[in-house]
Order: sequence, then structure tokens, then C-alpha cells
Amino acid sequence: MNRMKRTFVSVIAIAALTGLASAAEMKKEIGPGEGQVNIVAWPGYIERGETDKNYDWVTDFEKKTSCKVNIKTAGTSDEMVALMNEGGFDLVTASGDASLRLISGKRVQPINTDLIPSWKTVDERLQNAPWHTVDGVHYGVPYQWGANVLAYNTNVFKEAPKSWNVVFEEQNFPDGKSNKGRVQAFDGPIYIADAALYLMKHKPELGIKDPYELNEDQYKAALELLRAQRKLVGRYWHDAFIQIDDFKNEGVAASSSWPFQVNLLVADKQPIASTIPEEGATGWADTTMMHSEAANPNCAYMWLEHSINPKLQGDLAAWFGSVPAVTAACKGNALLTDAGCDTNGLGNFDKISFWRTPVAKCASQSAGCVPYYRWVSDYIAVLGGR
Amino acid sequence: MTDTAAGTVHDRRGGLLRRISDTLFRRPHLLLTLLIAPPLLWLGIVYLGSLLALLAQSFFSIDEFSGMVKREFTLSTYAELLNLANVDVILRSLVMAVAVTLAAALIAFPIAYYAARYARGRWKAFFYLAVMLPLWSSYLVRVYAWKLILAKEGIITWLADKLYLTWALDAILAIPVIGGPSLSISYIGTFLVFLYVWLPYMILPTQAALERVPANLLEASADLGAVPRQTFWTVIFPLALPGLIAGSIFTFSLTLGDYIIPQIVGTSTYFLGQAVYTLQGTAGNIPLAAAFTVVPIVIMGIYLSIAKRMGAFDAL
Repeated sequence: MNRMKRTFVSVIAIAALTGLASAAEMKKEIGPGEGQVNIVAWPGYIERGETDKNYDWVTDFEKKTSCKVNIKTAGTSDEMVALMNEGGFDLVTASGDASLRLISGKRVQPINTDLIPSWKTVDERLQNAPWHTVDGVHYGVPYQWGANVLAYNTNVFKEAPKSWNVVFEEQNFPDGKSNKGRVQAFDGPIYIADAALYLMKHKPELGIKDPYELNEDQYKAALELLRAQRKLVGRYWHDAFIQIDDFKNEGVAASSSWPFQVNLLVADKQPIASTIPEEGATGWADTTMMHSEAANPNCAYMWLEHSINPKLQGDLAAWFGSVPAVTAACKGNALLTDAGCDTNGLGNFDKISFWRTPVAKCASQSAGCVPYYRWVSDYIAVLGGR
Repeated sequence: MTDTAAGTVHDRRGGLLRRISDTLFRRPHLLLTLLIAPPLLWLGIVYLGSLLALLAQSFFSIDEFSGMVKREFTLSTYAELLNLANVDVILRSLVMAVAVTLAAALIAFPIAYYAARYARGRWKAFFYLAVMLPLWSSYLVRVYAWKLILAKEGIITWLADKLYLTWALDAILAIPVIGGPSLSISYIGTFLVFLYVWLPYMILPTQAALERVPANLLEASADLGAVPRQTFWTVIFPLALPGLIAGSIFTFSLTLGDYIIPQIVGTSTYFLGQAVYTLQGTAGNIPLAAAFTVVPIVIMGIYLSIAKRMGAFDAL
């Protein structure tokens, strides 16, 4: 009797498991649209002309497909993961520090690239990028990317700083005053990778190969560097607009930043410029990913195709200060102009180590890497001065 | 006689609704249960239930290797909570909450006293408006405005410069620990913004308590020869104390849990709310986040029981 019960339970368990597995399989064809699609996106990523009527890449899509686009903006990767865990959304524009987590948490489903005719136009360097491709399976369509550049005040620096050491090591700036209290750093734990990238060039004996795959010793060295940096940094930046304000009103002379802030500051005639120093830089590459239980998969696939058309890609790059995932977008876009892609950093691809969620099981370290949850608690400690 | 007549009328019109109504009339306890059940269920399931689910999470731990949550009972997450860095976060929030509460009480009392005892007619309305007005505009807008006021190139620095008081401002900013490169990048700044944002919650209950102090008690006190200071400390203050404590519950708990102000104004060191927010997000360290949320619950539990002893809830 008891054994029968057990067999029965395991049969049910197996049935449930296979059921789950088939639910996560990718689509074979696109049916008629469901009438709507729900997207979690970064602010400014999906514009329907409400802020500036020149920047509108939703209205067309809605007319063409009759899929109404509902947007929920999220300010941080954390929020995006939380929203996707909650469910009720079809797509998310996930950055590399969230995408692998979404994949391993089975929140997103594999994408059938055959159903996306424009897939082959995507920048080849992004097509198999490790932040959305696991074991050869694609979990999303690249959307936009950019670098975490070094922004600096041109009144303080007559020529661009050559190294990130201006934010990592105590020194006098060219204007003769110390950098203490005049530099900023990003307040997300992913910034530990910036320190690791710096150490990669300046302490080769640590043997860091990848700033997102650190063993205990390399990780400790990165934290050490960040603790020294804490003494130089007044406030860490989190919100792009607060950082813009800090550049204007708090006398910040150098900081890691996004082209987005730099473009806005330059447009505001502030003495700010940006550079990518000799060590290279970290960067973000965002991928539109599809929820594993998406209620509107057909409209979602239509949006995925729409999301990489050159017009949208170029307009978005102009709006956000990012680089298109489709290089064809760099030519002939009125809003971006032909120089736009270079301004936003198209040529820097090879100098960028793109954001990726650090995981325990990693390729370059046989003993395993320090996983992200430890980055979080340790970065809280660093910010607290410990 | 009339009873039977009424009974026959009943029987004739006895629909379902009528019978329900009769049953409820005969059993008042049943009526009470039915009326109170929905709010009780709401409290029990939605509020306490989710709270308990959260608390249960804190007894799980995160797997060192994979970073996934292990659903087994353990106290290791609480041990992690006692790491020096985490204790720092707790103490920092606690000290800030106490400082904000004390300062708010100190500032609120005279304002509430004036509004309750001296302001009349139009002035009184004006006082209410002046205290409440900030609550009408968005919290975020007010915090951003304060960032600009406190900035290095902001209004306060400008004013200090015009008044030749820059040396005083510099001296304040040079104080170790609470100072910093500018007011908006220091604990002083965070403190000031907290104080501004939560002050109305201290003024209103204090004012309500002061208004309830009977004027004849003050006259009696004066008649019996008490000097104003004696009247204040032996009559007014003890009677107003429950109001102050009720207000302090607001300022204390709101400061303890806030995670937006320290992110915009301050030195980027973490407070309790921020630690919880970051840990539950991409990090996926729900157990530690849950353990962190237990801290303010415990602190508030202790605080409320002390407040109850001092009669804070008698004024409700």
C-alpha cells in the first residue's frame, strides 16, 4: 500500500516536471496577436512620443500589429527581477547583471531566432553574448548597449585622464587640489567589477582574467581597493539625475558615469567630457527577454522583431545615449546623425567588459567564483566604511 | 395577543431574508461575528499572514555555493546578521531614528504649544495649514529640493558666504563622523531632511494632547502658588507626554524604515530599509533581507511597550 502510494506520488512528480519542461520550450510559430503585450523597461527605453513627439516607436507598432503596448518602468535591475518574479509581464529589457539570474531562476524562456527575421542584422558581436546565451540557447534579443565611461570636469582636467586611478587612488588633480571628496563611484555591487578591472592591469600577479569571475584572493584585493576608495568618495551615485546634479552643484570632478548623463550635461553647457581610460571600462548590454509564462507570446515575438528595426534602434540610441544593437541603425538616422554611434561609443566594444551576474560556477576558475549575493553584502559593508 | 398577531404576520411574509434577519436578531453574537469577520480575516491573512511568511524566510539560509535559498531551518542567517557590517547598519539606523525623534520633539513642542494655547481663529487655521502643507506635495520633490538647498553650491552655502559665516559652516562640516565635504554629503544633511519630512507627524499629536489639557488645572496651579516653570513641569508636560510619545512613534518608525532619503542625501552608507531593498533584489538573499526586517519589528515592539506604559495610547 505504502509503496503504491510512493509510486503514485513519484508518477505525479514526474508528470509535473515534464509539464514544466514542455512549458519552457520555445515557440515554433507565431500565431495571431493577443491584442496586447506587457513590457518591463528602463525609463526612456520605450517611448511613445509623450515626452518629445519625435521619439515614438510604439504608435507605429500598435497600428501595424494591433498589439497594445503596456509599459512598466523599473529603476534598477533589482526591481526588474522582482517584477519578473511577480509575473504578469511578457517582456523585460534586462541588463547583464540581471539576465543570467532570470535565466537560472527560469523566469525567461528560450527565444526561437528563426521567428525573428531581422535576427541576422543584430551586431554579430552581440548575437552569442554570454549574458543571454547559455549552452548555445538564446534567451533574448539584444536591445542596446553602452559603456560606464569616466566623466570628468574639463576645467579641472585640461586633457582627458588616462587611467581610472583618478577615482581609485588618492592624488592631487591637475588643479593642485586633492581628489578627496571630489570623485564618485556607482553604488551598485556590480561596481566591484570596476575595481577588479583596474587590478587586472595594475596588479597582474593576481591573475584576474575576467572581472566577473573572481576567486577569493582576487575578490579580497578588489574589496581592499574599494575600501581605500570609500575614503575619497563623498557620495556614491545611484540615480542618473542625482549624479547630474552632483556634477553641477557638488564640485564632483571625476566619476564613472553613463553617456546618458554626459550628453545631458554637455547639452546643458556644463564643462564635462568623458573618456574610456587605458584599463578599459565596464559596460551594460541590455537584452529583451521573454517571461517563461508570458500570456501574450505572439505579440511578444512581434515586439522582439520590431525592437531591432534600424529606425527604432537609431532613435532610441539618440534618446538614451546608448549604442544600437543593429549597426545598420548608425547610418541615415535623422535624430542620431551619422556621428551619433561614435559619440556614444560604438568603437569601444572591445574595451568593454559587459555586466554579467557573477555566479559560483564559472568558466575561468576551477575552484568556483564568489557569487553575486556576497558582492551585495560586502559592498554594503564597504559603503559603510568597513 | 399582539405577539401572536405579529407572529402570524411574520409567517405570512416569511421569506429567506426575513428568516436571516430574525436569526441575526435573536443571536447578536452571530451578527457581531459576521460583521467583524472580514476585517479580521484581512488582518489575519493579508497582514499577519504575509508577515509570518516573511519571518519564516529568515530561518532559511542561502546556499554558499549556488546562491539559492535552502528551505531548511537554521539560525545561520541570524548569525550573519551579527556581522560587524550589518550591526553597523542597524546601529546607524537606530541612532539616526533616536536623534531625529528627540530633535523633532524639541522643535515640535513649542510650535504645538503656541498653536494649541495662543493661536485663535484665523491664526489657528493658518497654523494647521502651515504644518500640513508640506504633506500635500510629493515626498520625493521635497527631498530633491532639500538636496539642492544643502548642496555645496546651494542656498545655505551661498547664505553663509553672504553673511561671512563660511568659517562656521566649515567648522560644522569638519566635525568627524557626522561632517563631510558638503551638507548634502554628510549625516547632518540626512538628519536635517529626516527631521523636516517627519516633523508634522510630531506636531499634530502633540498639539492634540496640549489642547486637551484643561485650562482650569493651570489656573488651579497658579492659585496654589506655582511659578510658571513649576506649572509646566508638573501639570502641562506630564499631560502632554502621551501626545509627544504618540508622535515619537511616527517619527521613530518612519525614520527607521525609510530607504529613499539616505539614498538621495547623505554619504551613501546604508540604512536598514536600503539594506533590505538591496538584499531582496537581484541578490536574491531573501533570508538575510527577512532577518533584517525582523530588527525594526523587534525594536518597535520594545518601543511600543514602553510607550504603552507611559500612556501614549490613552490619548487615542
